Amino acid sequence: MTAATRRRILQIAPAMAIIGFFMVAPLGLMAYVSLLQKGVNGGVVWDVHTTEAYVNFIFERDFDDSLIVNTDYLQIFARSFGLSLLTAVLALAIGFPTALYMAMQPEGRRNLLIFLVTIPFWTNLLVRNYAWILLLRNGGLVEGLLRWLGLSDQPLGLMYTPYAVSIGLTYSYLPFMVLPIYASLEKLDSRLIEAAFDLGADRRRALTRVILPLAVPGIAAGCILVFVPALGAYVTPELLGGGKSMMIGNLIQGQFAAARNWPFGAALAFALLAIVLLAMMIYLMRFRRAPAAP
Amino acid sequence: MRVDVSNPLWRFRGIRAATWLFFAYLYLPIVVLIVLSFNENRLATIWSGFSTQWYGVVLGNDDIMRAATNSLVVATTATLAATFAATLAALGMAKTRFIGADGISGLIVLPLVVPEVVTAVATLLFFILIGFRLGLTTVIVAHTVFCIPFAYLPIRARLEGMDKALGEAAADLYASDWQAFRRVTLPLLWPGILSGAMLAFIISLDDFVITYFVAGAGATTLPVYIFGMIRIGITPEVNAISSLMLIVSILFVTLSFLVGRMRR
Repeated sequence: MTAATRRRILQIAPAMAIIGFFMVAPLGLMAYVSLLQKGVNGGVVWDVHTTEAYVNFIFERDFDDSLIVNTDYLQIFARSFGLSLLTAVLALAIGFPTALYMAMQPEGRRNLLIFLVTIPFWTNLLVRNYAWILLLRNGGLVEGLLRWLGLSDQPLGLMYTPYAVSIGLTYSYLPFMVLPIYASLEKLDSRLIEAAFDLGADRRRALTRVILPLAVPGIAAGCILVFVPALGAYVTPELLGGGKSMMIGNLIQGQFAAARNWPFGAALAFALLAIVLLAMMIYLMRFRRAPAAP
Repeated sequence: MRVDVSNPLWRFRGIRAATWLFFAYLYLPIVVLIVLSFNENRLATIWSGFSTQWYGVVLGNDDIMRAATNSLVVATTATLAATFAATLAALGMAKTRFIGADGISGLIVLPLVVPEVVTAVATLLFFILIGFRLGLTTVIVAHTVFCIPFAYLPIRARLEGMDKALGEAAADLYASDWQAFRRVTLPLLWPGILSGAMLAFIISLDDFVITYFVAGAGATTLPVYIFGMIRIGITPEVNAISSLMLIVSILFVTLSFLVGRMRR
């Protein structure tokens, strides 16, 4: 081993040790706990191995120990998927025009706009979601605005619904959609679009036949970057959603609070992790050589 | 994309308006929250006059101050540890490529990929099952882990943009490895390190989910405390302390960007 290699290993070692010991090992332990039996008063029974926690996703044990189908948890998974997909679609619809506009600005203006897009990301997610409570709740500001405009004088009734959750999720992860799309549009060779114009394409055709296809890698990256954190969201459904808009994150948290079923909580977390890694892998396999996200 | 603004074909109708709406959506909640924090009314969303009294109430609240102190202790310690590890790792990953480099890069950014709830559950189980008492230490450790990628990425980017010839010139002039690092690499890398450290600091200061899981009774940080306050109800105190957190984050991130863009 050369001196340079030895030094390189020493340099990388602290970061690897911290992440390995306090991230990778805990994830492994979590996978193991998901295969243990839950203790009577919380905790786990170390020497009893069972797949009970995974069976619990779909089945419930009856008093006579027979399994009956219980779709409560599947519904929460389905709702999480649905809300996360909706979030990605909404973010794309709002984010794409903005990304296009940003890419068409002169250089200095672009950097300012990028900065403005990133600022909310660095501010406290909890606080930003709390601000939506002020806007959405009955007697809140959105209701006041609608009344002032004469559009409605009913109580808004939006809080604690899946609508509120999807507004909050879209809001939380919107920058993740704009930035990668902007990155792919910014690199786009404008001569291709000029060529389309020269060949008689109108704006709509240039957009749908040239710009959109070339922006697909950025759009895909944006959708993944929005979908993945939305799927694992905890804060937004906790603050803006009620019991009827619970998501996977809240279900997991519940297993460590009131329900005290650690193996089930670990199994849910492991399932969530598997879904997220799968989504990432599909994305990487399909778009590996594409322009990376910022 | 270079756009010929004089060509009317380039004017995509509606995208400017859409961009305005986008930024309105992005900033409306932040602006509303900050404005309402100066509302004198006890009812948090009914405006009745300008006042800074709630900031006084918040700053005079011992529990909030204790939580803020915890937050600062955690963020400072985690930032120092994470930036140190990240700087070393970035130096180790620079220059030549080697087998396994992709794997190591992947491992370093792993905390960004794994959903926060999953990290929180895994870390909680780990600490409890190996018999670690939950407290400020567990919070600091957990924060150090997810701060590493945030510190690493700007440092790495700065190293990547550095002229390799400078190091070679130092070597030609008989500088030892250490001298070359101390006199050439480090001064050039400094803005990257500073910007990475500041990002790590705000990410740690703002973290809620992971802290909520691994904080013991005495280790309440500011976001965890705010969450508790929100649970109880919408009050002007929540508005004031939330606005303070927003303003601190925005200041820090602006500073970090300015430092990061210092001339290369």
